[in-house]
Amino acid sequence: MQSTSFDAIVVGSGISGGWAAKELTEKGLRVLLLERGRNVEHIKDYVNATKGPWEYLHRGGRTTAMEEAYQVLRRDVLNEKNLAFWVNEKESPYTEVKRFDWYRGYQVGGRSLMWGRQSYRWSDFDFEANAKEGIAVDWPIRYNELAPWYDHVERHAGISGSREGLPQLPDGQFLPAMPFNCGEELLAGRLKDAFDGKRRMIIGRVANATKALEGRSACKYRNACWLGCPYGAYFSTQSSTLPAAAKTGKLTLKPWSIVTEVLLDKKHKRATGVRVLDAVTEQTTEYTAKVIFLCASTLNSTWLLMRSATDVWPGGLGSSSGELGHNLMDHHFRAGAEGFLEGLDDKYYFGRRPNGIYVPRYRNLFGDKRDYLRGFGYQGSASRDGWMRAVKELGIGATFKDEASTPGPWKFGATAFGEMLPNHANVAGLDHERKDKWGLPVLKIDCATGENERLMRKDMINDMAEMLEQTGAKDVSTYDSGYFPGMGIHEMGTARMGRDPKTSVLNAHNQVWDAPNVFVTDGSSMTSSACQNPSLTYMALTARAADFAVQELNRRNL
Amino acid sequence: MTSETGQLRLISRREAIRRVSALLGGAAFIGGNRLLAAVENASPLVEGSVGEFAAADIAFLDEIAETILPETKTPGAKAAKTGAFMALMVTESYWPAEQRIFREGMRKIDEAMKKAKDVTFMQATPAQRLALLTALDREQVRVMDARDAAERREKGLAPRPATARAAKADQNLPDDPNNDLPVVGVSAVGEVPKKPAHYFRMMKELAMLGYFTSEIGYTKVMRYAEVPGRFDPCLPYTPGDPAWADHA
Repeated sequence: MQSTSFDAIVVGSGISGGWAAKELTEKGLRVLLLERGRNVEHIKDYVNATKGPWEYLHRGGRTTAMEEAYQVLRRDVLNEKNLAFWVNEKESPYTEVKRFDWYRGYQVGGRSLMWGRQSYRWSDFDFEANAKEGIAVDWPIRYNELAPWYDHVERHAGISGSREGLPQLPDGQFLPAMPFNCGEELLAGRLKDAFDGKRRMIIGRVANATKALEGRSACKYRNACWLGCPYGAYFSTQSSTLPAAAKTGKLTLKPWSIVTEVLLDKKHKRATGVRVLDAVTEQTTEYTAKVIFLCASTLNSTWLLMRSATDVWPGGLGSSSGELGHNLMDHHFRAGAEGFLEGLDDKYYFGRRPNGIYVPRYRNLFGDKRDYLRGFGYQGSASRDGWMRAVKELGIGATFKDEASTPGPWKFGATAFGEMLPNHANVAGLDHERKDKWGLPVLKIDCATGENERLMRKDMINDMAEMLEQTGAKDVSTYDSGYFPGMGIHEMGTARMGRDPKTSVLNAHNQVWDAPNVFVTDGSSMTSSACQNPSLTYMALTARAADFAVQELNRRNL
Repeated sequence: MTSETGQLRLISRREAIRRVSALLGGAAFIGGNRLLAAVENASPLVEGSVGEFAAADIAFLDEIAETILPETKTPGAKAAKTGAFMALMVTESYWPAEQRIFREGMRKIDEAMKKAKDVTFMQATPAQRLALLTALDREQVRVMDARDAAERREKGLAPRPATARAAKADQNLPDDPNNDLPVVGVSAVGEVPKKPAHYFRMMKELAMLGYFTSEIGYTKVMRYAEVPGRFDPCLPYTPGDPAWADHA
């Protein structure tokens, strides 16, 4: 008989849950790590990782049968190669009051297996923005409280990047930076000159190891990360936090474990454990622990809170403020510009760098003032066009074919990732009319961008065109491929941190105000969205909260 | 298309699947359920067929692809079994409205050849095929470019900069023949519905996809390093050297 009593329970095994399991076990706690989906074993279960691109029946594309089965995924990321890492939508539906693209990964490792790996620190421009502008509520923490935890997680996760001394994008504990290619080198130099250093192009900061780390090889420049890496070269739960947690001998990992509710001792307002539904056998088991970390991802952690302690608070655990489920955010993107670079036709590169360039935010900073709040950063790259360029070109036959087989012109393209303001009206709640495969009422999501994002989007498109024109790019064209909330796969908020239990769900240490031995450390906890990719901040918040939880346990406060 | 030989040889479903796989160069089956269904429902099951494409149709598509991507110093599209790949993609990845346009396109090409040269497309010489498909290519580029320009206007985006390619396009060709067709697929809320492409754009796109992503395309036409092991950001390039292929 397996034990059902632990020191800590972690719900979810993605980026945040993996970090919670690592930190808590390394501090001596016996941890139960619960994952609702299947197990994915490092390397062994990356079944397509070393397959030749020609070995896929549809060469990686999609079929109409796939499009019918994946009505959400088909809107963007659906593909033949890593389909097994994405949620089965028929088993786990949700309701869209307005279109909301929710791309989920229900397996051990969660979306740490397919994430984009861009890893940027936030700064006080981000943590202070709400308070300064009177938007939503103030973050209860500042950069200096999180900085040592950024240091801590970067050292283990392995973030490569360059030190730039930019106040809006603090430097970190970086592995050697990946280089610019010659096209990017040219543009970066010209950009610095053209905008007097105010707009900068830097190499992306990415969770790909450029030097070997414990149990992990250095990046082999295959650029197939999203299939799972047989070298463990990028950060995932499997490559990084899970082996560290397992090494302590204090970890129990249970896949196929859907947590249906957090159990509460009403008298003491403390969680006592969780109830787990086995996704395969549908048997129910209760597990007890002193502390509980909810790391099930934004929306999923909130969904679990809404199902918990409803006899005390009808809206669920953490709902006393009236903010649980509210202030859902994402990053809006898919807008920018592209152009061609001249004078480099005798230059090429070798290797597939799994990373691009970054143009850190410059809008509404350092004296700049726009008709909207906050800002955006650009992600993109320069490359020589491949054979696909020729599909749209005029021509067929021998010369056409031989030409298409050689590298095309140098092209640069970038899309902006823009901050989305927190808005109480952007909300997720339970849809009692609709159940998932396991009989749980599904989430109903009602979320839209507003006027601030609309105004920002104009700059997102026009600024890149301006930068390309001023750095000598040719045939510059702008694009807006359209955006709906969720598409950024940077969903944040719905259980925000704050300084006041009347207006926030979590305190400064990610504790649920209504039950302080329950911590929520994933994207649900975010009070604003900044414009930097958020995962590194989830890692830092989780490590910080785990440290605090163990201190509080030792002080017998939990 | 009619069968080349008229000798239909009925085969088992399992055998048909094995042969489709062989036609595609031994590609492993991944999620090919729809193909299995298509193979099962095709009646009768004919050796060398893919879905509703008979062996003769695949031979026809091979010649279309070979005309677009002929053997030069590197193998041509036929060697990469491009016709069978095109048939598979139309069967499995195209919606019914697109499948209809593609099949009608095959018929139109044959008719145009008969009208111009009094021979079928299969009977025509490589030079006759190249002349006909070159005209169709001009037509599709003009139609698709006009559609792209209209979509940009609707979105309020500036027109694309004029390029050498656009300047070369023939301005005296007929209007978009697909203008009145229904949209395809199941559109998500707020999604811009997709209009079927011009049939020759479909053929060119599928031929190029099938050819360049085949093992021949990756390893004999382009250069492919499965594990580069390093990133060299700036190397000298000599014109004519093949491209390094992407992984994804």
